Amino acid sequence: MTDLDTLERDLLAQVAAAADEASLEALRVAALGKKGSVSELLKTLGAMSPEERKQRGPLINGLRDRVQGAIAQRRDALAEAALEARLAAERIDVTLPLREAPESRGRIHPISQVIDEITAIFADMGFSVAEGPDIETDELNFTALNFPPGHPAREMHDTFFLAPDAEGKRKVLRTHTSPVQIRTMRSQTPPIRVIIPGRTYRHDSDQTHTPMFHQVEGLVIDKAANIANLKWVLEAFCKAFFEVDAVKMRFRPSFFPFTEPSAEVDIQCSRKGGEIRFGEGTDWLEILGCGMVHPNVLRNCGLDPSEVQGFAFGVGIDRIAMLKYGMPDLRPFFEADLRWIEHYGFRPLDVPSLIGGLTG
Amino acid sequence: MKFTLSWLKDHLDTEASLDVIAETLTRIGLEVEGIEDKAAALKPYVVAKILTAEQHPNADRLRVCSVDAGDGQPLQVVCGAPNARAGLLSVFAPPGTYVPGKNMTLSVGNIRGVESRGMLCSGAELGLGDDHDGILELPADAPVGTPYALWAGLDDPVIEINLTPNRPDCASVHGIARDLAATGIGALKPLAEPRIRGEGPCPVAVALDIPEAARDLAPHFALRRVRGVRNGSSPDWMQARLRAIGLRPINALVDITNYMTFDQGRPLHVFDAAKVAGGLTVRLAREGETLKGLDGREHALGGEMVVIADDNGVESIAGIIGGAASGCDASTTDVLIESALWNPANIAQTGRRLGVITDARYRFERGVDPASTLPGLDRATQLVLDLCGGIPSEATIAGAMPETDRVVDFPWTEVRRLAGIELSRAEMTVTLEALGFQVSGTGDRAKVLPPSWRPDIEGEADLVEEIIRIAGLDRIEPKPLAPLAGLARPTLTLIQKRTRRAKRALASRGLMEAVTWSFIPHDDAVLFGGGGADLVLANPIASELSDMRPSLVPGLLRAAQRNADRGYPDAAMFEVGQCFADDTPEGQTIRAAAVRRGTANLAGGGRHWDGTAPTVDAFQAKADAMAMLAALGVPTGGLQVVAGGPDWLHPGRLGTLQFGPKNPVGFFGEVHPRVMKALDLKGTLVAFEIVLDAIPAPKLKPTKTKGVATLSDFQPLSRDFAFVVGRDVAAGEIVKAAAGAERKLVTGVDVFDVYEGTGIPEGSKSVAIAVRLQPLERTLTDAEIEAVSARIVAEVGRKTGATLRG
Repeated sequence: MTDLDTLERDLLAQVAAAADEASLEALRVAALGKKGSVSELLKTLGAMSPEERKQRGPLINGLRDRVQGAIAQRRDALAEAALEARLAAERIDVTLPLREAPESRGRIHPISQVIDEITAIFADMGFSVAEGPDIETDELNFTALNFPPGHPAREMHDTFFLAPDAEGKRKVLRTHTSPVQIRTMRSQTPPIRVIIPGRTYRHDSDQTHTPMFHQVEGLVIDKAANIANLKWVLEAFCKAFFEVDAVKMRFRPSFFPFTEPSAEVDIQCSRKGGEIRFGEGTDWLEILGCGMVHPNVLRNCGLDPSEVQGFAFGVGIDRIAMLKYGMPDLRPFFEADLRWIEHYGFRPLDVPSLIGGLTG
Repeated sequence: MKFTLSWLKDHLDTEASLDVIAETLTRIGLEVEGIEDKAAALKPYVVAKILTAEQHPNADRLRVCSVDAGDGQPLQVVCGAPNARAGLLSVFAPPGTYVPGKNMTLSVGNIRGVESRGMLCSGAELGLGDDHDGILELPADAPVGTPYALWAGLDDPVIEINLTPNRPDCASVHGIARDLAATGIGALKPLAEPRIRGEGPCPVAVALDIPEAARDLAPHFALRRVRGVRNGSSPDWMQARLRAIGLRPINALVDITNYMTFDQGRPLHVFDAAKVAGGLTVRLAREGETLKGLDGREHALGGEMVVIADDNGVESIAGIIGGAASGCDASTTDVLIESALWNPANIAQTGRRLGVITDARYRFERGVDPASTLPGLDRATQLVLDLCGGIPSEATIAGAMPETDRVVDFPWTEVRRLAGIELSRAEMTVTLEALGFQVSGTGDRAKVLPPSWRPDIEGEADLVEEIIRIAGLDRIEPKPLAPLAGLARPTLTLIQKRTRRAKRALASRGLMEAVTWSFIPHDDAVLFGGGGADLVLANPIASELSDMRPSLVPGLLRAAQRNADRGYPDAAMFEVGQCFADDTPEGQTIRAAAVRRGTANLAGGGRHWDGTAPTVDAFQAKADAMAMLAALGVPTGGLQVVAGGPDWLHPGRLGTLQFGPKNPVGFFGEVHPRVMKALDLKGTLVAFEIVLDAIPAPKLKPTKTKGVATLSDFQPLSRDFAFVVGRDVAAGEIVKAAAGAERKLVTGVDVFDVYEGTGIPEGSKSVAIAVRLQPLERTLTDAEIEAVSARIVAEVGRKTGATLRG
């Protein structure tokens, strides 16, 4: 065995035995550093005869390459072991609960959600959204809608009044969204297609009545809109809103001062086990009032009833929200109980649309 | 409006079943509210005789009875009623019977050791009244074994319809029968037209003393005396019908007026002629006059009310209620029957002012058939003669029936135009005629004369309704609304878009959307800048719901506290809704507001392994406000945040958000301790409120391009500066000055430290900022960076008096 073989064996044994990065580096310097044992051997090549160099050169260079390779390999192995050791020490308990994210905690109130649903459906039928004030004049809330002063029809509405002004006139909290019909017809030129969602007020309070509630009014005025179209619009709306393929509706003649002919609409449902389902069953549930806009109302808005015609309808937003989502009682809608809002509310990114489905 | 099936059949000749009648009523707009069929509900109850009644061996107050229920087999029944005695006829229910008054079903019982096979019943147990004194006592001739309901005349189903206020004609059984007959399910029986032969003129003179201008208040008044009547009880059939619809039989004369009211929609009044002094005058009441009514109440009359008076004063309030003094009772021998017509609006007004609701008022304020005054008087007279005997006088008549003819020029095409259905002219004509309309003319237009009893018919649309409601709305086939040309265009207005976005933005910050009352307590309104007289409700539903809210915040604060009281202290909630500065449409704004309580931070509240959430502070409210504004796409460049704001916020912890000093859009901060105390709030609450309408509208641009993005190839760099500045100088001023010092290079300024204390002079603070510089054309040299830094220090110093911290 030559001295080179001995040196190589010693060096490789030391590399294999190096326990950490530092001792491996010391070993490298001792062998391959400027004054290292292998480097010193390489330096001897310069003083050799060409024949001797030809014979010793490859041997010494081979030794250097193999030692270099062994060190690199050992370094990788040590690094790998160190990483393994670190990873073994770095442990988290993934079952620790997180705080719930704000966007999962927050809720949209069912009334806002249902208004968005209604808007999405009617926007698809070409309706825009109109609005008006909650504090109305007697003229717009009643008289212009063909409720003559003192008429018993006014007693169908339990009205909130504000204090009378200097002239003895008192404004009212609108008892329905219908005054916005007047505002719309007086400010726009037919054809008109609007829905009017908003807050309404009546002096009434029990399980299904609160002094404040929400309505959405629909109004179509053009040269041809008739009851057949009204039926189609309402049927399309009910199917889309309740997300059922078919819905059976019953139009019952009724009376509203501002429509003629007038009807109330019932929708067929089943109420098995306290759960309301549409598109099946034998019960009838009243959901809205509607009719052809009364000629007097058209005249009150400066329109000629022999030239233009149209229909209007009004739906209780809170009521159809209760029907669709199963709230048993209206009063908690306005009590701001966090538990109720969390249960019945909607997540902020659940934005209703017709392309994505109202409820996803 | 209630009536019974047999009553209806007095007016309608029909074979139709109760179900078909009910369904038809609803279909033509006379919505059935309910049907009460006592015969069906009380079928198992039979007339029974108590054969023996022995003392119960183990109970002092019970008796063991042997009962014959008609099948000859005596049954043993234990009874606790004090009046259970041998020989009594009463009502018996066998085991298995449902007892409505007790909401239970009978079974064979064992009462204190004695078997009981059924029950003897009180009226209350049958759901027929409130008498709990004992079991029913029936007359000795009641047939044992017969169903009780049948014997008692309760086998007449009671139908209740929800009558709309436009149909006074259907406030009568006859009117309802007419509507039903028009559908073809039966034939209307005409009303009798009795001919009354008076024995001479009515001895009581009648004067219509109404000012000429107000003659329509009392257009027609008729009076007749019938002398020598016997005013006992009305016959059983009439009493049974009146009871069935909830009226109390009184005496024959009064019952006849009530019966006429419901049978024909013709209210009448009867005076006891012996109690009337002199003639009757129809006149306006005088201020200060009063009348004790048949309802037992003293009514104070006003000068616009029509009354009937005699020499003693007011005896009756026209169309509403009679007076007690001249009423008929068992001693009445001579009766004055009044049949009159009154003005609907005037009756409605009088009724409202007096707070009196009567069946007469109900009909007169909706419109009684003006043609019924004289026939009604004759029919009532005939009933009096039939039931009470006596000799009639001729009628005294004042005034005349007002003209009601109002011919409608009706193009038949109106039905297709408004209803979208094609009906034959023959069908339409038959319908109108069956309802009492006179149709004349040939061709495309008809002359249609509505009947006198239909004050609701004004024009073509009303005729369309009559035709289609009888035809059935279900015959109208739905037809699509013509689509609008082109694609749907966005239709939401700016404020509608802002409202929707604000809600979703705030909810995504962990806030719960509340919808609170638009009306709040007066004191709350005052605290939040409201409480003006024009926003106070005249008739609030509760004293704490009295004022239209000037702000969303008080409602949210109270809601947060209610949740805290319920055990949820970390409430975070918002509302987007209307607020009121005055009673005009312009005074109404849409606002967005949020409150956070306790430790309800954005990241969450309460204790947590990752660190306990701190108590909320004004910056949380500011963050909510700023995030919402960002979500609305509000250009925050023009937005300023300045100290100060409304006095419901802590004076040192509040800010105003504004687009220039003249356009504040909202506030944020910590709720003022005095407001906390006034609203009884505990803990810490922070809030913001922004008036969405006040935010400037974005400028309309002709293009949607976003401008060119400048993405520099050169490394950005950051330089830190620590300034010492007076403690009252706003950090925002320093930031603004630093950003303005070198607009081309500075892309951001952050405040990373604010410090007061050791090392900083009294009255000063240290504010450390990091300024980001973004070179655009080349890398900056050290000298250039130094120069920029010097300009920043100089500009901040010039604007705020700050010096670099040594």
